[in-house]
Amino acid sequence: MLLIRCPYCEEERPELEFRNAGEAHIARPTDIAAISDDDFEKFFFIRQNPKGIIYERWRHVHGCARFFNAVRDTVSDKFVMTYKAGEPKPSKLPGVSK
Amino acid sequence: MAKAAQKTGIVQAERHPALAGRNASAAHVALTALDPAERISLRAPEASLAALSKALGLTLPKKPKTSASKGGRLALWLGPDEWLVIDEAGGDPLADCAKVKQLHSAVGISHRNVAIGVTGPGAEATLSAGCPQDLSLAGFPVGACSRTIFGKVEIVLHRTAEDAFRVECWRSFSDYVFTFLSEAARDAAA
Ligand SMILES: [Zn+2]
Repeated sequence: MLLIRCPYCEEERPELEFRNAGEAHIARPTDIAAISDDDFEKFFFIRQNPKGIIYERWRHVHGCARFFNAVRDTVSDKFVMTYKAGEPKPSKLPGVSK
Repeated sequence: MAKAAQKTGIVQAERHPALAGRNASAAHVALTALDPAERISLRAPEASLAALSKALGLTLPKKPKTSASKGGRLALWLGPDEWLVIDEAGGDPLADCAKVKQLHSAVGISHRNVAIGVTGPGAEATLSAGCPQDLSLAGFPVGACSRTIFGKVEIVLHRTAEDAFRVECWRSFSDYVFTFLSEAARDAAA
């Protein structure tokens, strides 16, 4: 079983307590009624789905119930790091060389 | 609630606790349906904690996975702004919180939850049959508490002694949890 570090519980916890909540760092448009259908489609539906490093929202739903962000490798399924919701996208990742 | 009935003289319907009378024991574990208790779900920001702690008569823990207890009242840390407060001494934590002016949300959940005591040298092994957390004394020491899962359902787990746990679950799940625990207890070595 994967162990995921919850930044609020400050420890690694079993993956069964967590739930994925989609890609992270997607800013909601400030005036959503004013944007075009194309821009809305980009905001609402279009995701990167990269092979490799992905930034995701996760929720410790059966623990502290908090949303947080995680950096994960979609090839190895390894969690690179996790950080609290609202914190900026980390510029340097531990143990990743690109 | 019992107090309100006394005051108004209204006779309330007889309550039947979900696990009334259910007990089970195996070679190394005893399972007990614990007595009904007053419970609240408490949400509050940092700035309200001092006032709430004073009203409740215990210091709300701020460290993850920790609890505080005093005079039959128990406060379990569930999240950065969330606690489960349990009173087994006949107190009324909901009324205590109602006196607090600072921002908070206190919701009575006394009848939502059912508690099961798991005690004996095989208690840890019994819970590990369904709970994926590290329940060793190093990882989950006496006093530790956590919302987690047991089998297919969510529980709140609290270690009350080296060989004793309190399992809180929703009453509609309690039959599943008790049966799962009974099965696990049969297999648990000391
Ligand atoms: Zn957590």
